[in-house]
Amino acid sequence: MPVEHKTVAATGNNMVAEAMRQCAPDVVAAYPITPQTTIVEEFARYVAQGKVRTEYVTTESEHSAMSACIGASAAGARVMTATCGPGLAMMWEMLYIASGMRLPIVMLNTNRALSAPINIHCDHSDVMGARDAGWILLFAETAQEAYDNTIMSIRVAEDPDVLLPVMSCLDGFITTHSIDRAQTMDDESVGAFVGDYTPQNALLDADNPVSHGNFAGLGGPYFEFKRSQRIAMDRSKSVIERVGAEFAELSGRPFGLIETDMMDDAEVAIVVIGSSAGNVRHVAKQMRAEGVKAGLVKVRCFRPFPAAELAAALSGMKAVAVLDRSESFGAEGGPLFMETRSALYDLERRVPVVNYIYGLGGSDVRLDLIRSVYTDLSDIAAGGEVPAGLHYLGAR
Amino acid sequence: MANLRELTHREDRLEGGHRLCAGCGASIAVRQILLGAGTDPVVAGCATSCLEVSTSIYPYSSWKTPFIHSAFENAAATISGVEAAFKGLKAAGKIPADKKMKFVAFGGDGGTYDIGLQSLSGAMERGHDMVYVCYDNGAYMNTGIQRSSATPKGAWATTAEVGVAQQGKTQKRKDLTSIIAAHGVPYVAQGSISHWKDLTSKAEKAFAVDGPAFLNVLATCPRGWRSAYNKSVEHAKLGVQTGYWPLFEVEQGEWKLSSPCKALVKTGRKPIEEFLKPQGRFRHLLKPENAELLAEVQADVDAYWEYLLKRCGE
Repeated sequence: MPVEHKTVAATGNNMVAEAMRQCAPDVVAAYPITPQTTIVEEFARYVAQGKVRTEYVTTESEHSAMSACIGASAAGARVMTATCGPGLAMMWEMLYIASGMRLPIVMLNTNRALSAPINIHCDHSDVMGARDAGWILLFAETAQEAYDNTIMSIRVAEDPDVLLPVMSCLDGFITTHSIDRAQTMDDESVGAFVGDYTPQNALLDADNPVSHGNFAGLGGPYFEFKRSQRIAMDRSKSVIERVGAEFAELSGRPFGLIETDMMDDAEVAIVVIGSSAGNVRHVAKQMRAEGVKAGLVKVRCFRPFPAAELAAALSGMKAVAVLDRSESFGAEGGPLFMETRSALYDLERRVPVVNYIYGLGGSDVRLDLIRSVYTDLSDIAAGGEVPAGLHYLGAR
Repeated sequence: MANLRELTHREDRLEGGHRLCAGCGASIAVRQILLGAGTDPVVAGCATSCLEVSTSIYPYSSWKTPFIHSAFENAAATISGVEAAFKGLKAAGKIPADKKMKFVAFGGDGGTYDIGLQSLSGAMERGHDMVYVCYDNGAYMNTGIQRSSATPKGAWATTAEVGVAQQGKTQKRKDLTSIIAAHGVPYVAQGSISHWKDLTSKAEKAFAVDGPAFLNVLATCPRGWRSAYNKSVEHAKLGVQTGYWPLFEVEQGEWKLSSPCKALVKTGRKPIEEFLKPQGRFRHLLKPENAELLAEVQADVDAYWEYLLKRCGE
């Protein structure tokens, strides 16, 4: 059966809720938080209308939401949830437990700034705070990518070679609430793509009782468990690529750990995550019309980190700018900068890399700001000095 | 309910060989309660606690039934997720519609009265078909006898010390059983490891109801109570006989004093000193200079007893 594509006008959250319905999770346990709310509202409507047969658990907090997801996943169910910002922060303890127990939970995160001061808008400080929690981290630029990533996440998480939770991120309000043109696929095609989940060591298999969450201290194998998580995370890279390739065949939309744009002959490049890639692409095209060989590298998968792919893409650049939508106070720069620069360390020829912190708490990512970055890069490429320190893009 | 002879033929779902202390009330509570689950399969959850660390040391497990521990404050939420999975998988046709399973979570008083109260309240309100058991030994025993909101007034604890300026914990214990009863769940009860018949029949009722049930169980901790390990059951019994730990149940909203306590209405309760005396954590309370505090402790017990009689229509 050929895939039936349907073009829709939908927000990122609409697309995610639709993808969740199509993935048919056995359990969703979630707690409402702006700007994730329209996902859980829409999913609740699907439940009420009988469009999905999920057991929907409306918990009293995000901590309990992730705890219930952990119980349900260990029980043998396909489990999904959604949160963001302070909600993700509240889950922090349980994020490590979900990955440590090797539970293939899929969570949507609608990137939101962390307090204080309180702010409901987009930045990546929520997910970047959880970047070492043992979750696979995928990012979407658009509503379409949010839909695609959600579906792929199920396959990646549940792959027997992986069995790790996946966090699929989309930018709060910018992607979650803007209406975009996107395509959905028919239920049967998505259902066939994600397939059935065959759990291992399920709690509900009472004939074969197992204990989950055992104590591994007092000289026990805690260290070895952690190493096995690292091995699974490393192994997930090829699984993500394989699932991405299969998905591309189905959807007609290519997927890579990174996406390169205008990089074939580029001399200067911007590395970015999420919705701002659109702004960067737009400005890069303008710069090219003005004779600047501008390129763009968008990171779609942050964990596992595509270090080799970035090194290959950025090798030979005359100057590179990394845009970080989160702070790492006191560090050399933002998380994406630190990892990207580290990925370039072993290159034969040193590539100058500069870091810009931008868009914190939903601060506008204006085109003239992106232009100023490319202008800086052009100056460096022309032999100008690499400006020291990190730069705040658009801070008043 | 099943008689003692029948119960002895049921399989213990918590195996011996665990690392709990001699005289620990927690394992007694667990075994008595799981006997009440009948023959249906049971998934047991556990908050981080003595019970958890002593029964699940990798690669061993004392649980002859599916078991899950995830963290300290969330045993109720975790087991609610297991129960939700059971429902979800049934709805998906992946588990036969007529399959029966029980779900139970165990937590100590720290993990229940304090850090786990929100998670417990949420699970009770959502109506999961599960039993939550608090084994109440009146302090954070696993971390070294720190006071919790279940610690009785006047008790010594490592964070409620005894000295010239303070005589142990200054606050009364929280009445958690009433708080959970106020959720309007189908079954709530207080039991003690000293009254196996009462406790096992309460567990049977808790597992039988459709919806959430809560059991609060007095469970001796010889380490924390500073009491003789071979007298744990007797010490818990004194808790009941003095009225420190009344046995009662709230069945579909109806409060009932349990028979061992009904008898006390006629015979009268023992003075609270009887409960305090064998426990080193109360030694200072029995000194002449603390007579006033002791009278206060007795008055608190009396007041709670009166409150309970009123609620039970006695």
